[in-house]
Amino acid sequence: MSDAIVSFEKVNKWYGNAFHVLRDIDLTVARGERIVICGPSGSGKSTLIRCINALEEYQEGRITVDGTLLSDDVKAIEAVRKQVGMVFQQFNLFPHLTVLENLTLAPMWVGHLPKAEAEERAMQQLKRVRIAEQAKKYPLQLSGGQQQRVAIARALCLTPKIMLFDEPTSALDPEMIKEVLDVMSELAGQGMTMLCVTHEMGFAKAVADRVIFMDQGQIVEQNSPHEFFNNPRSDRTKDFLSKILGH
Amino acid sequence: MADTFQPVAPRPAPVRTEGFVPWVRRNLFADWKNGLTTVLLVALALVLLPGLADWGLTQAVFPANAEACQAARGSGACWGVITEKWRVIIFGRYPYEQQWRPEIATVLMVAALMLSCVRWFWKPWLALMWLAVLAVFFGLMGGGVLGLEPVRTDLWGGLPLTVMLATLSIFLAFPLAVLVALGRRSNLPAIRTVCVVYIELIRGVPLISVLFMASFMFPLFMPQGMTIDVLVRVLVGITLFAAAYMAEIVRGGLQAIPKGQLEAADTLGLSYWQTQRKIVLPQALAMVVPSMMNNFISIFKDTSLVTIVSLYELTGALSLALNSDVEWRPFKIEAYLFITAIYFTFCFAMSRYSLWVEKQVSVAKTR
Repeated sequence: MSDAIVSFEKVNKWYGNAFHVLRDIDLTVARGERIVICGPSGSGKSTLIRCINALEEYQEGRITVDGTLLSDDVKAIEAVRKQVGMVFQQFNLFPHLTVLENLTLAPMWVGHLPKAEAEERAMQQLKRVRIAEQAKKYPLQLSGGQQQRVAIARALCLTPKIMLFDEPTSALDPEMIKEVLDVMSELAGQGMTMLCVTHEMGFAKAVADRVIFMDQGQIVEQNSPHEFFNNPRSDRTKDFLSKILGH
Repeated sequence: MADTFQPVAPRPAPVRTEGFVPWVRRNLFADWKNGLTTVLLVALALVLLPGLADWGLTQAVFPANAEACQAARGSGACWGVITEKWRVIIFGRYPYEQQWRPEIATVLMVAALMLSCVRWFWKPWLALMWLAVLAVFFGLMGGGVLGLEPVRTDLWGGLPLTVMLATLSIFLAFPLAVLVALGRRSNLPAIRTVCVVYIELIRGVPLISVLFMASFMFPLFMPQGMTIDVLVRVLVGITLFAAAYMAEIVRGGLQAIPKGQLEAADTLGLSYWQTQRKIVLPQALAMVVPSMMNNFISIFKDTSLVTIVSLYELTGALSLALNSDVEWRPFKIEAYLFITAIYFTFCFAMSRYSLWVEKQVSVAKTR
């Protein structure tokens, strides 16, 4: 596919010598595609997306991100990280910096923007996630949902081409999940390439172009949300869906 | 019909009003064990305090009169020993007529230390001010400039030496400690090994032996005719010693930083040094303020060990003042109480300041 922005070719990864966490992963993500990855815990779904911005290294195969082959080369890793934003389950905001400082840090130190410009861009992103009035507060003064929206804004400040979400709503109270999913849906509507590890099946149905189901380090099944939820092909998928949709 | 949820409006916490009597009852006589302890302690104070006041005040001799002191021995303190000897205790062997120089130098340095404690002064020019203060300090102490008579460093002594050694070794050891702590966690085996060997080596020996090496052994390895001032060698010794301990304190802070912070920094594209400077160290150092200040205090007192290499700082100067003087030698206890008060003033100030810093760094993070 010519318009692929991320491609995995026969990627294998081990933790230590024994634990084979990714097995023969082949995956191509088109520019602007929105992908939801689900699967039981320990199935390698987080590891998969963490490979895309080199938070994890892999031992076999090839991962190409926006034309750059990921290897041990520091320059390649730097180049890829400039294009890829990431949002974590635990937010990972910097607690000693204000919301605004969290957002301007990388644009100023990595992107070499002047302070005023970085702050302007930060305020734009904060407005985008509807939290501009909290700019001067510290992260721990905000609710979980607000913190996660700040984290999304922080990633967006570097104008990434790809956004990775690693269980962004799993650490949130039920009442706050919606505000984060709303922001993510908006982002999806604006044409961002997104890879999202989540168990929010409503979000998957509404937003995703493709749903990927992983188990034991392998991609078991991938399909459009409609097909995936209505006509799962593999027994393993059926079993998984019955467990998470059953109640 | 459905109920409408009516949240209760927030109101301020009740003001605690209580007088002296309830306070005493709750804190001093809560139950019979508590009450008994209070009674016993008050009795003990009533027995000890009059004697102490008698010894320290009513029966004490204040003028520098050795005969009167001799007569009061056993019943009253001889504060006269301080009246007589304070200049030697405070300034050591520094030439008597020139002692205004260490006096100004010390006041200047203590003032600079106090200024540096105020948040408002934490600006870039503070570093320039310190360079100036150090230049003036060493100019005044050493002389040889602006027509000041030169004074050899081995004659420096007393409080100026204590304050200078403690300040400089803390200032120099701190950045070194941060580098060593980072080095010990480095991915590069060579750097990690060097840092581990340095820390373990220094922690494995007492400060006295480090000072001994710096003072007596180090010159043996120097090329013929080349000498480094003993003060500098001792300063380097204390700095290297202190840095090893501080490095372990800093490492404790580094280990407490969650891995997610580093991953977030990686994801944003921050380099190693940017991550350390902007993300890791501000959080790690804030966490170790109490143990770090503990270490600073212990360095301040450890400077008293330089006596063994013939530098007479405060404690050394006290021995110098009294050991050779038969007349005043019996009143060492009073003189020791005097320098105890000086050490306590500095150390207590440091510990109070540490509490303030702790509050500052925690206020910055949460509500």
